[in-house]
Amino acid sequence: MKAIVTVIGKDKPGIIAKVSTALAQNEVNIEDISQTIMQGNFTMLMQCDLTNAKLSLKELKSELLTLGESTGVSIHVQHEEIFNAMHKI
Amino acid sequence: MLNRKEILETIDMVEKEHFDVRTITMGISLIPCIREDAEKTAALCYDRICKKAENIVKVAEDLEAEFGIPIINKRVSITPASLLTSSFCGKEVVLAKALDKAAKTVGVDFLGGYSALVQKGMTSYERSFIKSIPEALAVTDRMCSSVNVGSSKAGINMDAVRLMGEIIKETADKTKDRDGFGCAKLVVFCNAVEDNPFMAGAFHGLSEGETVINVGVSGPGVVHHALQNMKGASVDEIAETIKKTAFKITRAGQLIAKEASKRLSAQFGIVDLSLAPTPVMGDSVAHILEEIGLDSVGGHGTTAALAMLNDAVKKGGVMASSNVGGLSGAFIPVSEDIGMIHAAEKGAITLSKLEAMTCVCSVGIDMVAVPGDTPATTLSGMIADEAAIGMINNKTTAVRVIPVPGKGVGDTVEFGGLLGTAPIMEVSPYGCSAFISRGGRMPAPIHSNKN
Repeated sequence: MKAIVTVIGKDKPGIIAKVSTALAQNEVNIEDISQTIMQGNFTMLMQCDLTNAKLSLKELKSELLTLGESTGVSIHVQHEEIFNAMHKI
Repeated sequence: MLNRKEILETIDMVEKEHFDVRTITMGISLIPCIREDAEKTAALCYDRICKKAENIVKVAEDLEAEFGIPIINKRVSITPASLLTSSFCGKEVVLAKALDKAAKTVGVDFLGGYSALVQKGMTSYERSFIKSIPEALAVTDRMCSSVNVGSSKAGINMDAVRLMGEIIKETADKTKDRDGFGCAKLVVFCNAVEDNPFMAGAFHGLSEGETVINVGVSGPGVVHHALQNMKGASVDEIAETIKKTAFKITRAGQLIAKEASKRLSAQFGIVDLSLAPTPVMGDSVAHILEEIGLDSVGGHGTTAALAMLNDAVKKGGVMASSNVGGLSGAFIPVSEDIGMIHAAEKGAITLSKLEAMTCVCSVGIDMVAVPGDTPATTLSGMIADEAAIGMINNKTTAVRVIPVPGKGVGDTVEFGGLLGTAPIMEVSPYGCSAFISRGGRMPAPIHSNKN
């Protein structure tokens, strides 16, 4: 299953490292990544493969939520299909 | 990879614009539970609901987490209960209590279908059932009731219209300690639909499968936000934007509905495209109309703006779902929409204007509080007017009105939660008791003869 991880917040060193470490520890493979600063906010989108993940999407979401809170960014994890459904005909 | 703008747009819809799936409603046929006595029937109905809907809350929570779209309500609708109670007239409330208990056991917010369909005629058991509604609503918390009194094919059952005016009054009286709250769970329809996921009017129609998932999407805030960037745009451009927004919202609903049906081993029924407001700021249908350019909802131009909104939502939604159904239109409940509440408080919207609005949208005079001393025949007159609009225009119309005991114009009633706050609205002082007391059946309109 593919998921989209979205990280939004105030820019500071180490955000990418922390998020990708958490994903790697849970055997989540990052297939695509893009990052930019939008309106002063750090904005990163990652497309991830959860096929071999140690955690379910729900558990991963909860773990990243905690990580986000401690890092001062907001992290969303959503099934990729919701974006395909809403934005592709 | 997916487009960055699209991903962030979805996230903003949820975080800033109150986008959600308003309800996942499981329709359950209770026909196999019919027995001769009340207790047996009630016990079987309880067991069947608990078994079929056992996982609905868990599945909804899982879907919410996985897709990142909040799912606000989990509900159950059942076979119209008047069909289950024919052999134990006078003991219908036994069933009502069991249904309420089942709703609490499985953890759903509401259970709909304490209903009767009497648009053409009323049997003795249906009359007995309808008379049980006030008591049933007074002794239950989560159960909702509806009665269909007319259709474009059958005409309007004026005996039922008269009876429902009295039933609404009695329901208000039996729940007077809660400002007539029982009436917020009772709706009178014309052309009721069998697959409506929304309350209080949901029931599981006889033509439906055994267990069906119907989903109601929402998103007035998303539509409102999309229009905020369109100052000075022409009406056709506005309609186009509403269409595109409705498409996206509905696609999310379709995905959730399909996935929920699969996980709950139920048939996928329909996605209901209704724009359903809530009393929180930023989730109002009235505010969309004001964004289109009205000084206040209720003023001149309201019906036209609403007609365009309603039509554009349907056009966008229809392409987004394989099966569209339910009510599928903009809702204009007064107490459940912050913009409508404000308009009612300042006298900008009246019952007459609401009636006009119901000609072009779903669903009717909805969540309107009126003075407690409003005569039953006047309530029946309101029902008859709405039913006539539905019957002639081949659409669903409804009345959910609360004659608040002991309160009058200038007072306000608080129902709390999604049901919101309602300023008491003025009712015409001119009665119609001679008309209502005639009873009988209003013949179906000429255009019902299509064969």
